Amino acid sequence: MAKVKKKIKTIKIDADRCNGCRGCEIACSLFHAEPKYSSINPAKSRIQVVSHRLKDIWLPVFAGEYTPAECMGRDVYTIDGKEYDECGFCRAACPSRDLFKDPDTGLPLKCDMCEGEEEPWCVKWCLNDVLVVEEREEEVEEEEALDDMEIGLEALTNKFGMSKVMETLARMSMAKKG
Amino acid sequence: MRYAEVGYNLEIDLATGNIERVETDPKMMELHLGGLGTSVKIHWDRVPPETKPFDPENLLIFSSGLFNGTPAFSANRTVITFISPQSGLLAYPMMGGFWSSELKYAGYDKVILRNKSPKLVYIWIHNDKVEIRDATHLKGKGALETQDLIREELKQPNAQVAAIGLAGENRMFCASIEQSRSSASRLGGGAVMGDKNVKAIAVRGTKGVNLADGVEFMKLMEEVTEYINYRNTNPIPDVMTILSGIGSPQEMVHTDEKWHTENFAWGNARNRRKNFWTDEIEESWAKAQVEAIKRFISCYNCPQHCGALIDAPNVPRYMMKCFSKLTYSMAAYVDNLDFGFKIAQQASEYGVDGFSTPQILAFGVELYENGILTDKDFEGCPKDNEGRFFWLLDRVVRREGIGDVLADGTYWAAKRIGNGAEEFAHNNIKKHEQLPIKLGMLDPLYFLMYSTNEKISITQIEGNWPQAAFPTKEQRERFVEDWPQLPDETWKEWLLEWELRGEKAIPYFPTPDIAAQIVDWMEMLHNIDDALCICAGMGSFCLKPPYHIHNYPKLISAATGLDLDEEGLKKIVNRSRNLHRAYNNRLGMSRADEKPPEDHWKKRFPEIEEELLTTYYEFKGWNYDGIPTRERLHELDLDYVADDLEKRGILKDGQGQEEN
Repeated sequence: MAKVKKKIKTIKIDADRCNGCRGCEIACSLFHAEPKYSSINPAKSRIQVVSHRLKDIWLPVFAGEYTPAECMGRDVYTIDGKEYDECGFCRAACPSRDLFKDPDTGLPLKCDMCEGEEEPWCVKWCLNDVLVVEEREEEVEEEEALDDMEIGLEALTNKFGMSKVMETLARMSMAKKG
Repeated sequence: MRYAEVGYNLEIDLATGNIERVETDPKMMELHLGGLGTSVKIHWDRVPPETKPFDPENLLIFSSGLFNGTPAFSANRTVITFISPQSGLLAYPMMGGFWSSELKYAGYDKVILRNKSPKLVYIWIHNDKVEIRDATHLKGKGALETQDLIREELKQPNAQVAAIGLAGENRMFCASIEQSRSSASRLGGGAVMGDKNVKAIAVRGTKGVNLADGVEFMKLMEEVTEYINYRNTNPIPDVMTILSGIGSPQEMVHTDEKWHTENFAWGNARNRRKNFWTDEIEESWAKAQVEAIKRFISCYNCPQHCGALIDAPNVPRYMMKCFSKLTYSMAAYVDNLDFGFKIAQQASEYGVDGFSTPQILAFGVELYENGILTDKDFEGCPKDNEGRFFWLLDRVVRREGIGDVLADGTYWAAKRIGNGAEEFAHNNIKKHEQLPIKLGMLDPLYFLMYSTNEKISITQIEGNWPQAAFPTKEQRERFVEDWPQLPDETWKEWLLEWELRGEKAIPYFPTPDIAAQIVDWMEMLHNIDDALCICAGMGSFCLKPPYHIHNYPKLISAATGLDLDEEGLKKIVNRSRNLHRAYNNRLGMSRADEKPPEDHWKKRFPEIEEELLTTYYEFKGWNYDGIPTRERLHELDLDYVADDLEKRGILKDGQGQEEN
């Protein structure tokens, strides 16, 4: 398969530099407001600073994928003597918590790196360089992206074998015509 | 649609438990902006001057400002207003932290508390749901401890909580209201909150704050951001380190305390120790500070880090800001900084003012050493300086024994003790303890600021004009060449002419005319900040700040949709400022009260001082007694205030401009 170049964007989070101001949440919600820049609501931000001040925890977390199900088990991390809350580092919008859900609609929120902007707004707004965006190119094997139907059919052929699936499709097609 | 403000106040009657969400008149923003401005208006309309601080009718208002919750950097102050038990005047201590933005996200600009709750309660505001909850299980808990207990109880890790400690519960006159790394400390807001039986107000909001023209606002903020970055990398030369940057004085970052320890007075604002800062002290204090600080932290949406999370040996963690690391050590004559970090933790949990309290304790010690207080008053008190301060602090916040007397602050305590104690309450203005500074030569600017401002606390009056003349011409030229914040280019001449000694030096220069203009300008900047709830550290309190009179009108216009220019903005804050003055006049304040402590300067000049005050009053449009004239009030659309002052006989025949 041919090799292609792909741009990977990473936000590096230096939580040790975080002063806990939560300006990133303001900037995010402002950019994603409709219309853009019309209002601020940090509860709608796709970055949240998970914090416990006296425990010295200030942890910016970005919203990742939505997942319809909770994890079967939960994580509690202790790092450098600091115990982080259950699921503290997790980026998912999931049924187990309110994080990364629009407070008005309940719909999941996901970081889109402020597509179209020079850099994500949270990065731009953080004057303490807690958030730094890095872009690199990676060579990856070209993969043709599968659409939803292909993904479904592939799952069926894996399970039943190609010939069985084709037979079934032919029969269904005949029945419809008939 | 309302912009910048959210347009609703929360009215809570603590006696009946009635809670109302009340839409506010949009006209109030046009007349008074918000924050301090609109709060003063509410006090004027609703709290008559017969009201005593601990009367149920004394309102306690927690207010956000116009810019909280917007992207404006450092808009994180909460202004708390009430008639002070200490001064008897309308006080407005402010705190930073995270509370007021959260309040706006919950959908309210202010929380207005009236009457008293029959039992100890806390208030829980969660968007449209507001509850008064039992707090009897929190009685006696520390002010910081309470914040986490409430968050846990509500299972709301993102709730912001403002709470009082034991001092507030026991109505100590210098009790603070604590929240996150910040506190509203001056003049006893915590005492009024405790009197109303409110332990805390917790708030969580998930709604929005709107901007009228967000695109324009962000364009203006880009310039502000650029300037913040510039100032953070280009400290001002030729001034002390703590004055060279922006934000609050960076007391947590800087360890060099030569200036404070040798120039501020130790004990009960008594003695300067001119050779205190030895190599040995420098080393041990720097070590104590570096080891105690776990992390530098900020308030909401602020790039600075004026505070710190403190993790000192054998002390529960807490957060510290600014100057309180020194006030207790210096007042107690303790030469190690560990003591400062240790007692400040206790003081934060008790919830007391870190400026007044150390002086009250030192005042108690002095009275004892001078035989005015006796062994009986100090029975059980340790003999060492450290132990004595811990013991006294505990007595004061619990109002036990002599602590009950001292808990009213030095002015009232001296009156109660008598027997010459008044002489020892020497560092007050309007009954309120001041920074322990004792200097040589009368300073015209500081004389006016100390005497006349309603804040009664110099750190929140001074600011944009340098504290002293620069020694050399080159330094002056360097300072003025890059000074866009000045209201008028011609003012640069005043700084260039200002010398350390001679005719063009204090007490003669700045002349009364010039001093009046400079002080009025600095005060106006503070009043703008206090209406917007921008931290003074990014506006009125520091040299060459990011926010100033030339960009504020544009930012306010973009945020609110008002069409404001500099004159328009000045008129609004002057209106609120004069309303505040008239309110305090109504409470009995006048010229006789407007004076710094007698020993503030060694060299005093009664004639110059008289001229300064008279000139400044005239410049402000106030009569000889310091009361706004009808003419001035009319210019500011405050005819109703003039009518009231005349009716009460405070303004006589309209003016009373002449001495009589």
